[in-house]
Amino acid sequence: MLWETVRLALTAIRRNVLRSFLTVLGVVIGVAAVIAMVTVGQGSSQQVASSVESLGTNVLIVRPGTQIMGPGSRNSAPPFKLADVTALGDLPALEAVAPVVTTSETAVFGNMNRMTSVTGTTAAYLDIGGWELARGRRFTSVEDRTGANVCIIGETVRTALFGATDPTGEKIRLKAISCEVIGLLVAKGAGSFGQDQDDIVIMPVRTVQRRLLGSQDVSTIMMQVAPGVSSDRAIGDIQALLRERRRISLGEDDNFAVMDMKELATMLNSVNAVLTGLLSSVAAVSLLVGGIGIMNIMLVSVTERTREIGIRLAVGAEARQVLMQFLVEAVVLSVLGGVIGIALGLGLAYVAAQFMAIPFTPGLGTILLAFGFSAAVGMVFGFFPARAAARLDPIEALHHQ
Amino acid sequence: MTGPLIELKGITRHYGSGEALVRALDGVDLAIGKGEFVAIMGPSGSGKSTAMNIIGCLDRPTGGSYRFNGVEVGTLDQDQRAILRRHFLGFVFQGFNLLPRTTALENVELPLIYKGQPRAERRARAMDALARVGLQGREHHSPAELSGGQQQRVAIARALASEPMVILADEPTGNLDTKRSVEIMELLVRLNRDAGLTIVMVTHEEDMAAFASRLVVFTDGRVVRDEAVGERVG
Ligand SMILES: Nc1ncnc2c1ncn2[C@@H]1O[C@H](COP(=O)(O)OP(=O)(O)OP(=O)(O)O)[C@@H](O)[C@H]1O
Ligand SMILES: [Mg+2]
Repeated sequence: MLWETVRLALTAIRRNVLRSFLTVLGVVIGVAAVIAMVTVGQGSSQQVASSVESLGTNVLIVRPGTQIMGPGSRNSAPPFKLADVTALGDLPALEAVAPVVTTSETAVFGNMNRMTSVTGTTAAYLDIGGWELARGRRFTSVEDRTGANVCIIGETVRTALFGATDPTGEKIRLKAISCEVIGLLVAKGAGSFGQDQDDIVIMPVRTVQRRLLGSQDVSTIMMQVAPGVSSDRAIGDIQALLRERRRISLGEDDNFAVMDMKELATMLNSVNAVLTGLLSSVAAVSLLVGGIGIMNIMLVSVTERTREIGIRLAVGAEARQVLMQFLVEAVVLSVLGGVIGIALGLGLAYVAAQFMAIPFTPGLGTILLAFGFSAAVGMVFGFFPARAAARLDPIEALHHQ
Repeated sequence: MTGPLIELKGITRHYGSGEALVRALDGVDLAIGKGEFVAIMGPSGSGKSTAMNIIGCLDRPTGGSYRFNGVEVGTLDQDQRAILRRHFLGFVFQGFNLLPRTTALENVELPLIYKGQPRAERRARAMDALARVGLQGREHHSPAELSGGQQQRVAIARALASEPMVILADEPTGNLDTKRSVEIMELLVRLNRDAGLTIVMVTHEEDMAAFASRLVVFTDGRVVRDEAVGERVG
């Protein structure tokens, strides 16, 4: 009997394809929006999670200025120098410390070239950043100290310059430096902000400072907390040391900021969650509007089909069978809308994921939820019109013109 | 159980109240036995359709007693009356009342859906009913593709399909020309005579009433004449 009713509903819907489609458009848009939002949201938090994962545990970063990120934060504060890095390296609370200076440069090999990001640092950076080598070796301490013309390249740069061949031992040119490729990094994929983490050339910090930047400054220092030490304690030690080195008197604010990468990730995730929630509630409102659209059309349909209802009652339909017929029709309609919406939403999420370079992670739970939601919308908003149909008086319905 | 199939006693049906009170039925006594073919006539507004609706369990009387097959209908609720209609009553209307854009076959299947019959059996019975009214080969035509006479025959097939005890026809030939009307009447007579179906029919035409075996005349909500008629009498 239920299957009969569903078939009947499909027939009624097919009879007026365009109207049916316009009716469910609200639900389509609502469901598509929810699916797209949630899928993109999940993808990007997975992204943040995996990029933090790849950083290794308990990574802290310190930068001059009062904020880790944001405009104008470095203007007034004095930059760090390599001596600060050395001093931090003596703190027992820290396992490893690496300076980071960055610039953009065109890397050239033969007639191939690529604009890439260049990071000047020490071998410790590979540990802190959780980088593995696919080939070759790390910088030696001598190379670190002297600023040798050597580099380790990321997968993206390798592909651009060397294709699939082994790059180690080859010499690439950056500005005036000709440097030997000594290592190739294992690919990491996209980072927290969707940037390509493998589009990178890593060189000894002194080489970059001297030959590319012409400056002794260190823009960021990355640190790994020693095992068994809480990051709060490590941050306290770092702050104390740096305040002393930067001669900040008591009562004055820090002119540098220490940030726990895990915290940063948590923060990013919560921003993410708030955004997803916000957009999802907008989507929920559009689902509501979609539901009202369905109710409206179902009411029209009941009026148009009053005589049909009369005929059905005359041949022996019970009120609840008429109710079921219209309720099922509303549910089938909105579930169809939901299915179209799910497909559309996944499509949008896929495009967005490509565009934002985040993983595309369609969740079965989300899909089932959207499906259930659209069925519920049909049920709730279809009930009133269906009840109106079931309450019709058979004689009046039969005489309806 | 030898009582009449349909038994109305002192049936009244009032519409409105006070000044605007309309006594559509004003004390109707009528007993119809199994296998009868009754024609109901009377001036417009005399309560014929109102009486048919009450007999058909589509409406409830304001007062009086209506027993169908021994059951007091007044005590049944809306759904119980629906079930009674489904099993024992078939309707034929002046305006055919077929579902538009729905094939003849599907129209005839309609009451069987509510009887809960499986698809295959439904199909077979509906085909059979259409054959009985002479519409083989038209099963897949929609009402718009059929003539008025054919549409009314589909409606009769629909009434027949659920194998009812009574067929109630309110002006079944009202929209048809004389030739088609006579065909419909001959069909009803055949169903009455061969299948023993009880038929109650409202008509305005003496010629059509003559096909029945009994004539009941309404005036102002009362039965004013009730007599045996027709070619089969005497
Ligand atoms: N729903 C209603 N509300 C108010 N009055 C009604 C209603 N239905 C019928 N009536 C009145 O009841 C009376 C009987 O109506 P009914 O339809 O039974 O007449 P009828 O004999 O079938 O007439 P006709 O030959 O024109 O079909 C009429 O006066 C009519 O106006
Ligand atoms: Mg009438």
